[in-house]
Amino acid sequence: MTHLPVADFATDFDHTDPTWVHDPYPIYDDLRARCPVAHSERYGGTWLPVRHHDVAAIANDHEHFTSRAVVVSEGRPGDEALPAPIGVAPPITSDPPFHQLARRLLLPAFSPRAIAGLEDFTRSLCTELLDGLGDLGRIDGAIDYAQHIPVGVIAKMLGFPPEDGDLFRDFVHTILEGVDLPFEERFAAFDPIEAYFIAQVEDHRAHPRDDLTSFLMNVELNGEKLQDQHVFGTMVLILAAGVDTTWSAIGASLWHLAQHDEDRRRLAADPGQLPIAIEELLRAYAPVTMARLVREDFEFEGCPMKKDDWVLLSFPAANRDPAAFDRADEVVIDREVNRHLAFGLGIHRCVGSNLARMELRVALECFLARYPEFHLADPDAVTWSRGQVRGPRTLPLRVG
Amino acid sequence: MRVTIDQDRCQGHGRCFSIAPDLFDSDELGNGVVVGDGVVPPDQEHLARLAVANCPEGAVSLEED
Repeated sequence: MTHLPVADFATDFDHTDPTWVHDPYPIYDDLRARCPVAHSERYGGTWLPVRHHDVAAIANDHEHFTSRAVVVSEGRPGDEALPAPIGVAPPITSDPPFHQLARRLLLPAFSPRAIAGLEDFTRSLCTELLDGLGDLGRIDGAIDYAQHIPVGVIAKMLGFPPEDGDLFRDFVHTILEGVDLPFEERFAAFDPIEAYFIAQVEDHRAHPRDDLTSFLMNVELNGEKLQDQHVFGTMVLILAAGVDTTWSAIGASLWHLAQHDEDRRRLAADPGQLPIAIEELLRAYAPVTMARLVREDFEFEGCPMKKDDWVLLSFPAANRDPAAFDRADEVVIDREVNRHLAFGLGIHRCVGSNLARMELRVALECFLARYPEFHLADPDAVTWSRGQVRGPRTLPLRVG
Repeated sequence: MRVTIDQDRCQGHGRCFSIAPDLFDSDELGNGVVVGDGVVPPDQEHLARLAVANCPEGAVSLEED
């Protein structure tokens, strides 16, 4: 679906506009200088704060902003339409106090210790992908490499068949990029996803095994097993939040390293610097923009926000705010002080942040070991995803 | 010098224990916890300051002697 071109991003922004998709950072910088909270009538009314301070304030304000829906799209859930308190994808779509219970359930599965147990698997997956490329001199960093890593890891965690990767990517594409479809069409697109989850739960019931799906099926909240809606919703969340995001972070990092020989050679020579470097890559190329709905009419920074207006919570814009970071528009690969918001902040801090960091570190380490030298094969052929998750979807690289 | 974590503010970003693993660890939920009594050996002071400066929630503090 195509929209009218945006004339002025301060009054008419659209995060699916080709200019935004191609390069949103100049837009954030422009808005920061003259707004700094932009407004658009699109999607039924949407606000866009771009300062670190404002993004942080809204992320921490559950009184005036609700997480009932977190993907800006045509139509909104409305007070009654959503199965409160769970939400469609708990805990990301839940508000306190239910949120804390749903989140606490998930945290141990994503703790640093639990994630460390997936590192060998992730490394084998990356090595297999690279081995599969043989001695090709030209590869696609997004299609041949980055996209397969989170899909493989998430399938492993949930105990879903690894060969269903293409299916997951289609699901996630529907959820995250089909945001400007008419509401009914968007709603109907969720049916096959739910059907797939039902089939997976039935398979787990018939063949019990130790994975996250079995955990969700059996764990108790207040002495009762989770409602089906909660189980499916959390699966939707894990898939939607665990696939495109990490794929994007890996791809954007490769895109950067392909163009910055000094950074690439430094990390290839000393992978021990990767943990600090990935924080900077996450800051500069934060893949995720969250959203909130305005709970009741409310004035924020002089802006008359109305009940059910969307707010795009742009962590990428916050991370480029010169008021919060020195040399905000540059990648400083050894930046020591880096209080970035790539994983959000407050009670909705990304549950998968330890997983994402591990995948990003291992993916880059393996790639750099195999290809200490690589460059963009065709800069104009690089394409980017649209919507609230940003990363390269085609990334032709000359390797070796 | 001694480090502390405000558990009401910690949201489990994990920056402290990845920057200074000798001073911080994680609990079963992934939240940061101080190792031992939190006293910072002289060779860890820089890392302790970095842990404070990198916590997105401002949950890590330093008490100077």
